[in-house]
Amino acid sequence: MISARQLIAAVATLVAVAGFAGCGEKEQVVSYQQGKYQGKPDTKPADNDPSGSLYTTSKWTKGDKSSWEAAIRARNQYQNEYTRAN
Amino acid sequence: MARMKFICDAERCIECNGCVTACKQENEVPWGVNRRRVVTINDGVPGEKSVSVACMHCSDAPCMAVCPVDVFYRTEEGVVLHDKDMCIGCGYCFYACPFGAPQFPQAGAFGVRGKMDKCTFCAGGPEKDNSKEEFAKYGSNRLAQGKLPACAEMCSTKALLGGDGDVIADIFRNRALKRGKGAEVWGWGTAYGKPDDPQQQPPKGAKS
Repeated sequence: MISARQLIAAVATLVAVAGFAGCGEKEQVVSYQQGKYQGKPDTKPADNDPSGSLYTTSKWTKGDKSSWEAAIRARNQYQNEYTRAN
Repeated sequence: MARMKFICDAERCIECNGCVTACKQENEVPWGVNRRRVVTINDGVPGEKSVSVACMHCSDAPCMAVCPVDVFYRTEEGVVLHDKDMCIGCGYCFYACPFGAPQFPQAGAFGVRGKMDKCTFCAGGPEKDNSKEEFAKYGSNRLAQGKLPACAEMCSTKALLGGDGDVIADIFRNRALKRGKGAEVWGWGTAYGKPDDPQQQPPKGAKS
């Protein structure tokens, strides 16, 4: 026989689990399943040498994805005229 | 992680088709293929709105789902690309795409479908980056040069934003908050600034 205390504890646990489940973040991007794509593999943009690019202002360390992303984010700000004109 | 996206601000797009031209020029897209185009709603009616449309590089892309030969892949930056060597030109991706992004060059006297061509977010394709082969098949690979898509970078009114989704969303949000709504979005005050003294009258005899 379940006591009232056990019942309350069980209900509280259930509520807590249900409540925390609502806080979870669901992955919004479908993860690409390796092996499904039938074509050739592609190289990553960060793996290129920035010195080989013509007329670019972006600088990053070859192979360093985070530095490439930082360069792209900085370049993105050229599209923000509020930081350019005001 | 950067997730590349486009946003087009319908309040700003003036239907100049500069993005279409930039894309054509940058990627040397063949005649009859438009990777990007400007769509106008209520054309000719006061209050008409235009948006520039191309591949939206969907997070859950229907073209990838329906392709019978699985030529599509998504890069780490969230760009949807495809391998033209494997494409059979069936056109399923065109039917599946809600934006009409996949294009098919008309080759031959009877309009035989060629291999599918679409916006690559200026990220090339599965060939050696910035090689002649990559340019011939997919066009320019600006991401590998540390640049962003030509259409967005040269948009004269900055209606079309392209780049890291988080960054362009911030740019757009900031813009939408600052410009207000309704008549504040456009007009003299927006273009030339607001007068220091709104009650001030123009001098007598001055042309309005």
